[in-house]
Amino acid sequence: MHDTRRTVLKAIWAIGVLASAAGAGLLSPVRAFAAWNKGAFEAKSTIDAMKALGVANAEDSKAIEIRAPEIAENGAVVPIDITSNVPGTTAIAVFIEKNPFPYAGSFDVSQGAVPYVHLRVKIGESSPVRVVVTAGGKHYMSAKEVKVTIGGCGG
Amino acid sequence: MRVALVVGLVAAVPWLQAAAQSVDPTAAEFDKFRAVLEKDNPAELFEAKGEHLWRTPGGPKKASLEKCDLGLGPGMVKGAYAQMPRYFADVDRVMDAEARIVHCMISLQGFSYAELAKAPFSNEVRTPDPVSLVAYVAGQSRGEKLAPGRSHPKELAAYNNGKAVFFYRAGSFDFSCASCHGVDNQRIRTQPLPNFTKPDQALAAVQGWPGYRMTGGVVHSLQWRLNDCFRQQRFPRPEYASETLSALMTYLTVNASGQVYKGPGIKR
Amino acid sequence: MTEPMKIRVTLQGDVADVRVLMAHPMETGQRKDAAGKIVPLHFIQTISAQLNGKTVFNADVSQAVSRNPVFAFKVKGAKTGDKVVITWTDNKGEKRTDETVVRAAGS
Repeated sequence: MHDTRRTVLKAIWAIGVLASAAGAGLLSPVRAFAAWNKGAFEAKSTIDAMKALGVANAEDSKAIEIRAPEIAENGAVVPIDITSNVPGTTAIAVFIEKNPFPYAGSFDVSQGAVPYVHLRVKIGESSPVRVVVTAGGKHYMSAKEVKVTIGGCGG
Repeated sequence: MRVALVVGLVAAVPWLQAAAQSVDPTAAEFDKFRAVLEKDNPAELFEAKGEHLWRTPGGPKKASLEKCDLGLGPGMVKGAYAQMPRYFADVDRVMDAEARIVHCMISLQGFSYAELAKAPFSNEVRTPDPVSLVAYVAGQSRGEKLAPGRSHPKELAAYNNGKAVFFYRAGSFDFSCASCHGVDNQRIRTQPLPNFTKPDQALAAVQGWPGYRMTGGVVHSLQWRLNDCFRQQRFPRPEYASETLSALMTYLTVNASGQVYKGPGIKR
Repeated sequence: MTEPMKIRVTLQGDVADVRVLMAHPMETGQRKDAAGKIVPLHFIQTISAQLNGKTVFNADVSQAVSRNPVFAFKVKGAKTGDKVVITWTDNKGEKRTDETVVRAAGS
């Protein structure tokens, strides 16, 4: 039985109040990730980015679901849903192969999150979206092609 | 710049062709992911900003907009957007939501029309306050049925004037609004063009704007969208928040009346 | 100056579906402004989420993330009254934290 409850944050416009609480160290996050991986983010090919992340040996897997449009209405905002059915998934990494810098990000789901993420990315030209999942120290990958179109006038 | 725009349109015209929308797989794919995009619409960030602006004293008179009458009485925002455009006795004219907000910013907060009309449209670095405000007001009519004014003589006149504007052909391309949006099953490139003379498709005119435009990542209002139609027709631009635009919005909204408004949209 | 996030939490059993909207330009460093000048790289780099003070989700992202980012993720073991805190930091050192409380339906 599912119990659906919903809550909406009332936007607080007191700029900086919460930020200062964070600055005081009250809310500072504990990071399981290594520092933001500059080498991977600045790599100009997917394989170089995967090497920088240490996931270049990923093997193909059918247990990764990538939901993205076959044809995107606007390459500036391409919605992607990723679900990993690989048991013990701890991280999900995303690469947009034809982008100038393919590595788009990694999501750490090892501390109580379900192996799922929704994100929206810019895709400069039609490109495979490659997903690499880490589970039990091993890496698995899958890809989906997204075509980017040119649209009409004002939308 | 101007040359580039003309070349762009000429290139687009051969693509202005009939397409069976119901079986077009591209349109079907867009529709599928449109629902995903609508579920979390960045327009909500601008609604929040608009709500803050509504409640915060501002302008030369340091007043908030909480006494602004959107047609349901001073300060009543809930459901007001779905009942506009409508006739307002205090100004003896029909106003759409943004025109009314501009009126309140002038009369309550002390802004000048010239100031507000100088650069009224959003870009990557600036979202004018009336745009955030209209996004907020529109968001407060989510789930309401569209019921624009259609009984006062000036509301009837606005509808008729708006209809005349919609069908008026002129300019270097002999275009009218109806050239693109008065025919079934047309598209430009991959974008289907709704026929606003049909009640079900007219909703698309009202539903999208104010809305978040993925190109540029900004919120635009219906004032901007209709202004841009005039530009694309190579017409002189209509005056911001003018009676002409309120009339055109009256025509479009009356065509869609009775249908449920979903709040600010998300557009290509 | 940063602007508030919008955070929405839906409970399905004990799994919280967390959806967040962030106001950020996410400049790629490749776009030119109206004057033809390159707009400098400016983008969110890290995102973290905490449930009742415990970090449950981390992300490192690039400028490929769309302007005004949208993310969703799911956290196990959540219930009504739990506090969800989300923080982002960007490449200019700006930081923003917002929070919400998981409330019961209708309240």
